[in-house]
Amino acid sequence: MRRSLLFIPSNSPAMLQNADIFAADAIIFDLEDAVAITEKDAARILLDQYLNKFSLNQTEVIIRINSIDSEFGFDDLNKIVSDQIDTIMLPKASKEDLYILNEYLTKIELNKLLNKKIQVIPIIELASSIINLKEIASAPRVNGLLLGAEDLSTDLEVVRTEQGIEIQYARSVVVMYAKAFKIDAIDTPYINTKDEVGLVKDAQFASSLGMNAKACIHPNQIEVVNTVFSPSLKDVDHAKKVMMAYEQAQKEGKGAFSVDGKMVDKPIIERAKLLIKKAEKWGV
Amino acid sequence: MKNSLNRTIPNNGFLPYMGAFERIKANQRLCIPEVVSTNVDKLRQSIDVLFDEIPIVNGMTLSFHHHLRNGDYVLNMVTEVIKKRNLKNITIAPSAIFPIHAPLVELIEKENITKIYTNYMNGPVADAVSKGKLKELLVMDSHGGRPRAIESGELSIDVAFIAVPASDAFGNGNGIYGKSACGALGYAIADVKYAKNKIVITDYLVDKLDYIEIDGKYIDYVVKVDTIGDAKGIISGTTKPTKDPVQLKIAKDTAKLIEDLGYIKDGMSFQTGAGGTSLAVAEEMKKRMLNKHIKGSFASGGITSFLVEMQHLGLFERLYDVQCFDLEAVESYKSNPNHIPMNSSKYGNPYEVDPIVNQLDIVILGATEIDTSFNVNVTTDSHGRIIGGSGGHSDTAAGAKLTVITTNLIKSRMPIIKRNVTTITTPGETVDCVVTERGIAINPKRVDLLEKVKNTSLNIVTIDELLEIAHNITGVPNDIKSSDNMIGVIKYRDGSVIDTLYQMKGD
Repeated sequence: MRRSLLFIPSNSPAMLQNADIFAADAIIFDLEDAVAITEKDAARILLDQYLNKFSLNQTEVIIRINSIDSEFGFDDLNKIVSDQIDTIMLPKASKEDLYILNEYLTKIELNKLLNKKIQVIPIIELASSIINLKEIASAPRVNGLLLGAEDLSTDLEVVRTEQGIEIQYARSVVVMYAKAFKIDAIDTPYINTKDEVGLVKDAQFASSLGMNAKACIHPNQIEVVNTVFSPSLKDVDHAKKVMMAYEQAQKEGKGAFSVDGKMVDKPIIERAKLLIKKAEKWGV
Repeated sequence: MKNSLNRTIPNNGFLPYMGAFERIKANQRLCIPEVVSTNVDKLRQSIDVLFDEIPIVNGMTLSFHHHLRNGDYVLNMVTEVIKKRNLKNITIAPSAIFPIHAPLVELIEKENITKIYTNYMNGPVADAVSKGKLKELLVMDSHGGRPRAIESGELSIDVAFIAVPASDAFGNGNGIYGKSACGALGYAIADVKYAKNKIVITDYLVDKLDYIEIDGKYIDYVVKVDTIGDAKGIISGTTKPTKDPVQLKIAKDTAKLIEDLGYIKDGMSFQTGAGGTSLAVAEEMKKRMLNKHIKGSFASGGITSFLVEMQHLGLFERLYDVQCFDLEAVESYKSNPNHIPMNSSKYGNPYEVDPIVNQLDIVILGATEIDTSFNVNVTTDSHGRIIGGSGGHSDTAAGAKLTVITTNLIKSRMPIIKRNVTTITTPGETVDCVVTERGIAINPKRVDLLEKVKNTSLNIVTIDELLEIAHNITGVPNDIKSSDNMIGVIKYRDGSVIDTLYQMKGD
């Protein structure tokens, strides 16, 4: 369960030093687009040193590696995969890449005697990834799908707009496959870092489509994203009411019951359970 | 000799600091008689002629205010005459010294100027003093301590040079008209009342003024010059809230702390400085006050456009202004009857009956260093170089019901939390909370505050834990040794010496 995932360039000591203070659920340490080709090795070494030195406590550690068909992807994995990280984020993901990545991670886990199984978040940023979503979402280790709207727009030869009509299908289909395979649907970042009102609208719209998290490219976006993707107090109160009524109905042997005049069935109970779980996790 | 904070202070004639309130409780207010002028014909052609007429001679003490801040030309004009006449052993007492006052350095080196009293200094003059170039000890008072020192006769001023943006021929003046309008003139008032000779320097001489802040009855001479300064130079720090995510987090956590402690309520009073983090705290306070429909009583201190806006929104009934930090504040002071001037004595003199600082609920302050006893340094950097001074720091910390220090835990790879600060400006007993990006420490003596934050989501840690967190990131820096050569003293607002300044090693 995630709400906010913050991108941090792995070649910036000052940003690494403060990566964990902003209450993001996950930090994506970026070795790909944020790092110039001439600095790839330095960024990798710096990030490795940082992860060995700093404890990020409960914050999920995600590494966006370079694509594995580039000359840097496997070097990234060899250097950076350890018990200090949780997840690999794979750019321009294809089902073939995910297969190779899974095999390679298995080897590293065995060689390094890791105590955990590294998870994977593929970035859906190619038209081909969209049409292969079923295979991608069901690939081993995948526990979330991140929509990468900027690269996808380039692939689609369309202009990215504030309204996002050009990515509406992609957003919806990512949500569908993520939910079908019970993994996170993670929305594309909102790139205007100075427009808080725009961010709120964009995040609320994504949430209304079924996205349950959003990537952030600036720490100042996290508070808004966490707020939008957290259950509201009103929803939590209602969910608690549903669960109390459900427990009462169980005691009384009733199959059907109502809350506030509305019939409650299994999907509503499941939703209430999930909502309460999220509220507990995030201290709502 | 050691004071109660175990700091060594000079033996010759200085009182040791005994605690924030001990001397104030024990002593009576001392006031020398006000000095009213008997002159009728006050206009003079130049500053130079007054050096002969008064006369201004070797060994005298000359004072200045700093309302034109880094746009002030008057101190440099007087410096030029001292240099031309090659006067010796002059003491100057400007309420603050800025980079624009660099010409003083030559006179310090040549021992024309041998002693300085001030509340704040940065730039070339501060560097020269840090290097041990001033012959006698630098004396740094607070903004509230300076009027106390002047009215008691402890700082005896022979001639006060008062830069006044608009004046009549009698010396009645204000800071709201003319090309050099800089707003409130609160720091000049003690000099105006108690100096032996007072000279108004103006670049806007008028027949009559509809508003008088400088009372002509105290003024002996008026000199018109081409320009007293550049009013744009009064701008202090930045005028917009920070966008830096770490400082924004600190600002948000500060506002949440204040709210969770129950200080955001009707009638609240508030002070914060200029600068990005301070304004971001004000921005967060504004949001919370608007959400809760809170109407505060006053905001005070140096006034910024941001506080002016809050007052316009009805979040504060009044603004108490000792100096304007930007030109929007000057305009507000000129036109808004609820934007009220206060002199520096009314602001922070500990012997005033009810100074504004004592009426403050909340003050937000910065720190260059803070130690595990909550002592704060805003005077020197960790090498002992003078980079500021108390200003109103120690006055407001002592007076306000809640004193919050906001600071990054680490700046430029150096931890801001120390076992012992290089220089104590403000004693830890007057500091309640320290807000950093990695946690909030509350002074253990504020049991009431610790109780209130128990069930909040705030990240409360001890000050020792903050030190440990910082050291885990930076390692433990070596202590930086200063030389043994005393170059100045930091006076607490009651006149005692809270710490000593030493020459930087190697300079």
